Amino acid sequence: MKIQPVSEDAVLIQFGEEISEAHIPFIVTMERMVEERLGNALVDLVPSYTTLLVIYDLDRADHRQITRLLREIGQELEAHLSDAPTGRTVTIPVWYDPSVGFDLEALAERNSLSVEDVIHYHTGKPYQVFAIGFNPGFAFLGRVDRRIASPRHKSPRDAVPPGSVGIADVQTAIYPRQSPGGWQIIGRTPQAMFDPDQDPAHASLLQVGDEVSFRAVDRETFLELGGVL
Amino acid sequence: MSVLRINKPGWFSVIQDSGRRGAQRSGLTEGGAADEHAYRWANKLLDNPMNAACVEVLMGNFSATLTDDALIAVTGADLDFRINDQPADNWSTHFLQGGDRIAFTGPRNGMRAYLGVAGGWLTPTCFGSRSVVVREGLGGFNGGPLVADDRLPFKPAERQHKRQLAPRYIPDYSRPLTLKVVPGYQCLQFGATDRRRFTTGEYEVSQRIDRMGYRLEGPRIVPENSGVISEGIALGAIQVPRDGQPIVLLRDRQTIGGYPKIGCVTSLGCSQLSQRGPGTMVRFEFINLEQAQSERLVFNRFFAASQWHPAGQTVVWP
Repeated sequence: MKIQPVSEDAVLIQFGEEISEAHIPFIVTMERMVEERLGNALVDLVPSYTTLLVIYDLDRADHRQITRLLREIGQELEAHLSDAPTGRTVTIPVWYDPSVGFDLEALAERNSLSVEDVIHYHTGKPYQVFAIGFNPGFAFLGRVDRRIASPRHKSPRDAVPPGSVGIADVQTAIYPRQSPGGWQIIGRTPQAMFDPDQDPAHASLLQVGDEVSFRAVDRETFLELGGVL
Repeated sequence: MSVLRINKPGWFSVIQDSGRRGAQRSGLTEGGAADEHAYRWANKLLDNPMNAACVEVLMGNFSATLTDDALIAVTGADLDFRINDQPADNWSTHFLQGGDRIAFTGPRNGMRAYLGVAGGWLTPTCFGSRSVVVREGLGGFNGGPLVADDRLPFKPAERQHKRQLAPRYIPDYSRPLTLKVVPGYQCLQFGATDRRRFTTGEYEVSQRIDRMGYRLEGPRIVPENSGVISEGIALGAIQVPRDGQPIVLLRDRQTIGGYPKIGCVTSLGCSQLSQRGPGTMVRFEFINLEQAQSERLVFNRFFAASQWHPAGQTVVWP
């Protein structure tokens, strides 16, 4: 674990050099402990893949104090680790169909698979939330089966509809709201990914450390669950 | 209810307070007044809480009418502020009556003016803040910039006081700007020659600037790696994409990103930068962390502890 200054009120804690599921329990445990120990000296936290950005209140603590406190927490980290950092498992229903999964057929063809294979592999394993960003509630999930990995579109779509489920390289994600985007879209979920009426820390349905599974549903179920065409 | 009714919304006027706290892990940007210095003064002139919401008016073309008596303050860019079509002082409070019209016609010095009211504009809050982040469609009435006929609620003025800030506190946004940079993140991924080029060269503010970030054009600096694993982005982070031209990330920046960063512009530097328009030249200078922290602490303590001199032009330390 490396702690380095980033700005007058932020430090970056690095847990490794490579993306790995193994870092996530450390990052999430650290996140929770930093929140408890810093109290109102904490302004914000951004966990992501291999790092945790800690933004603090300069009126309450300076760099030296923060660094010392973070080192202390770091030393206790191992003792507080658990395998399931958040303990949350979220299942996301997806209607995989070319009418909403604009790239489903092309992706299958490019990877020499049937559409059913793509669905089978995408729903076939649980994913880890590595980071939240790009848009409120946009969770980067990894990693997809190599057989359905697929590069981003060279030029992004101007408007990807909300709920769209996409693949980019070995990651998968759900677009919480309409936005431009270059991911390969394979289906759509009726599940809301972002709730503006929640408290800020829980506005995103998914948090770093959660485990996510996808479940295939048909058109009727998609609509019953509130899906929008 | 007492309101400010918007007649002309301007090019891009947004309600801002000091921004959102604790929401970045959900992917929400921080938001908040782009120029904290001018924003803090607007609230200081009014004896407002530090976090009261102001209207951030970009470049003018803005006019509005008050339905009730109000004590307002205007700070920041000189956008030719007018009351009932008559030129009126910037960096000053004004006691206005119901029916009075205020306007910012166009930019003369700086980019963003702050319009505050005693007690703050009482627009809707979202995640504990009144700040509007247009890219996310969050905050305010509809998550967007002000539009004609918007009505900004406020509490009618109970008392009035005339305050006009002494010139020595007022920045000149047309002066050359040197941005102080805390080296951090991937600073050492940039070679010694590039780091020197970065601090000896001049950079021009490009046309591609907004509340999210400022793209600058000048001597190319190229990191050893073209990307890093996406990580949280602090205010003022200077990210350098492949073209070697730095981008200073401001209040509406994304929460994570994977471009190499040569350092972070101080928060006070970000405020000054946000008042510069295209074509302005800026320089960079590395400073150490302790110096950056003490400059910011002096700023914080000044606003927290200083009190108005009875003459209302200057503040004194307690």
